Amino acid sequence: MNGLLDMIRGIGVKVLNSVRRMGRGHLFIFHTIMSFGIIFKEFSLLMKQLFSVGVLSVQIIAVSGLTVGMVLSLQGYNTLVDFGAEQSLGQMVALSLVREMGPVLTALLFAGRAGSALTAEIGLMKVTEQLPAMEIMAVDPYRKVIAPRFFAGVISMPLLAAIFSAIGVFGGYLVGVELLGVDSGGFWSQMQSKVGLYEDIVNGVIKSIVFGIVVTWIAVFEGFDAVPTTEGVSRATTRTVVNSAFAVLGLDFILTALMFGGA
Amino acid sequence: MTSLANKQPSELLVEMKNVSFSHGNRVILDDINIEIPRGKVTTIMGPSGTGKTTALRLITGQILPSQGDVIVDGLNVPELRRQPLFELRKRMGMMFQTGALFSDLSVYENVAFPLREHTDIPESMIRDIVIMKLQAVGLRGARDLMPSELSGGMSRRVALARTIVLDPMMILYDEPFTGQDPITVGVIMQLIRKLNDSLGLTSVIVSHDVAEVSRISDRLYIISGGKVEASGSPTELENSDSEWVQQFLHGRPDGPAKFHYPACDYAEDLLEI
Repeated sequence: MNGLLDMIRGIGVKVLNSVRRMGRGHLFIFHTIMSFGIIFKEFSLLMKQLFSVGVLSVQIIAVSGLTVGMVLSLQGYNTLVDFGAEQSLGQMVALSLVREMGPVLTALLFAGRAGSALTAEIGLMKVTEQLPAMEIMAVDPYRKVIAPRFFAGVISMPLLAAIFSAIGVFGGYLVGVELLGVDSGGFWSQMQSKVGLYEDIVNGVIKSIVFGIVVTWIAVFEGFDAVPTTEGVSRATTRTVVNSAFAVLGLDFILTALMFGGA
Repeated sequence: MTSLANKQPSELLVEMKNVSFSHGNRVILDDINIEIPRGKVTTIMGPSGTGKTTALRLITGQILPSQGDVIVDGLNVPELRRQPLFELRKRMGMMFQTGALFSDLSVYENVAFPLREHTDIPESMIRDIVIMKLQAVGLRGARDLMPSELSGGMSRRVALARTIVLDPMMILYDEPFTGQDPITVGVIMQLIRKLNDSLGLTSVIVSHDVAEVSRISDRLYIISGGKVEASGSPTELENSDSEWVQQFLHGRPDGPAKFHYPACDYAEDLLEI
């Protein structure tokens, strides 16, 4: 009987803790969004974060985009050639990248590269008492630390996804046209005629903006909410990567169903 | 326990009245009263984990008490909304145990940070003020260094310069001597006393370094188990009849504060199979 009660109590504690954490997370994003004025007032803060969150992520995004595009092209060619439809390779590579691979893989890579760095940086600022020191100096950490990082992440994600897709298409071209001999005109013209601006590109951009908001929210919140110890920061960093991956994959399904489900 | 109740309220910069603070079911501070007179160096001492730093965080409004009033310069801190609280904090400074310097800013920029945030004074004046404050802590020559290039003692001195840059009415020191070599301890002690007297500040130190703080404090509070065990001048406490106070001040391993964690009988424990 006691064991059963303990189990129910344990479940209750976990549920309550989760609800509290969600409440803190929503209050956190509310404060962060309300602090957006700082990015206009102190533009240099945003620029600095755009560099560390966005520009420093370009390398891994570019390399990944190139290899994914090359692999897509190789796999696609082997399938399409059986049906004599290798001219559609450009269309297949572009649609795969713009609709799915670009936003999703960019978000996952961003969570691993920039998200974990954001969590660790903010968490360590908490460990070394920099955030409380700021509060004691009557400086709001939401404005000075959190908001510039959050908005830098939200701005960077669609741009990185665009870079991923563009370089991916180039990788597909290299393998499909230059290596496997697909007709260059067919490759580009099929792509041009079948990839729509609104239904494909804009929807992909919307996805990457949503992923940008969610992944950066998770990253900055985990850092801000981390237990201020080395172990606490380590756990928070792990949670950022894992929770971001779950959120991105789950949201991708929902967004895909909403955007393309009825088509 | 000597009381300051006969003093006029205006002579007290900080009054903690019947303050309690709990974290979950654990009582950290239990109905304590602390009075901090203006212009003096007051130290809150006690064993680790007894709520000394909690008392400081209550004074700065980082946390709210479960009950009681925390009055700073006539304002009841728990009742203050965010903006008035931030205005009050501009008149306070706090030196953290680690120094809490911003790791991406140089020494100069760290000290200039509060000026840039809260004033519109020109850059030339910021430079002069920063150099004067760094000179006061003996680190004018280190202004271009980054925090990672500083020793622990230097970090705290830079933090002290940053703390006094807005000329606060009060400075709170959280464990300023922990982990420092004797020379650094001597330097920090001298700075605390000298700055307090020359700038007309009020200083509150949280520490468990009995010998050091006794030499520079005007008044001591000893907290244990969330309660104020004793208070008075260093001399008064030195002559205290309380066994607990004597054990704490002289660092005796056993006494009212037991050496052994409660356990069953030792012989029985050894013979148990």
